Amino acid sequence: MTPRISEIWVYLAASPLLGLTLTLLAYQGATWVHKRCHGHPLANPVLLAVAALVALLSLTDTPYSTYFDGAQFVHFLLGPATVALAIPLYAQIERLVRLALPLLVALVVGSLTAALSAVAIGSLFGASRATLLSLAPKSATTPIAMGIAERLGGLPSLTAVLVIITGIVGAIGGRYVYRALHIEDDAQRGFAMGIAAHGIGTARAFQENEQMGAFAALAMGLNGLMTALLLPVVIPWFLGR
Amino acid sequence: MIGAITLLLVFQLLGEVISRGLALPIPGPVIGIALLFIALTVRGGPSADLRKTAQAMLQHLSLLFIPAGTGVMLHFQRMSDEWLPLLISLVASTLITIAVTALVLRFLSRHRDLPQDTP
Repeated sequence: MTPRISEIWVYLAASPLLGLTLTLLAYQGATWVHKRCHGHPLANPVLLAVAALVALLSLTDTPYSTYFDGAQFVHFLLGPATVALAIPLYAQIERLVRLALPLLVALVVGSLTAALSAVAIGSLFGASRATLLSLAPKSATTPIAMGIAERLGGLPSLTAVLVIITGIVGAIGGRYVYRALHIEDDAQRGFAMGIAAHGIGTARAFQENEQMGAFAALAMGLNGLMTALLLPVVIPWFLGR
Repeated sequence: MIGAITLLLVFQLLGEVISRGLALPIPGPVIGIALLFIALTVRGGPSADLRKTAQAMLQHLSLLFIPAGTGVMLHFQRMSDEWLPLLISLVASTLITIAVTALVLRFLSRHRDLPQDTP
């Protein structure tokens, strides 16, 4: 009995099937909980699924690299899904043109606020230099943030995690900020969400409605660009070499 | 659907080639967004197939962040050493950024924007 189970395990641990299936199952379960909680932002699907997977992998002593061999197929789809953001963006073209100047100013201010406030608060509470450099690009989308962290001298794989946590914080916390400040317009809500919380904030915005999602997608793309341009100049100046 | 996915991959590939060819700091998929946006403007909008596929993909955008997010388990050590600055910084900075961006945008678009049309 036992040898057969371990044989099956040996097969499963070596095949991408398990990591891929677990990712989809975790997502299905997390979406189910999210719906049962009436879409409450605290029941964030990414947070729930990641928590379940980390618990499962730790309990079974499975290394992350084994899991990622399967999960990479899902991870790969981030590329084409990012390109697909052009479509909801195109649907908002009239409003984009009308709001071009306010959006541009909000982009620069938001992008600098995201990086400098993170570094300033982190250093105030005693974070190490490597952590601060990994923290700076946290509001940019994962591939951009990792590239910038590497260039600044941070730890790209730590940045990937901080980016995801940032996204979850933004997706959960956004509605409380909007409520406190009486931000009611979907374009303003979406744009702020995309600047601060990249793709995960954008995913959250699309759960609200298409317009909020489109402005979040726009902000995410522009903030990726702006962060890549600004941080290599601003951060060494801000932290001193 | 396959046609739409092929198109998205082609634009990602073009973006990737431009990004690497010109050694830009911007990743390929982000350049892909810009290229596809320009193509849509020239063509006058997406096909029904492309619109449907994009909508289906973006509805499940959360799914695509799960593999990278699970990488948190590689950093438990550093994160437990520096949990306080990380926690305060991530939460405060993210909420401040949302507030500042939304307020700046609201202030600047007072006179420029029409009242939002609700469907």
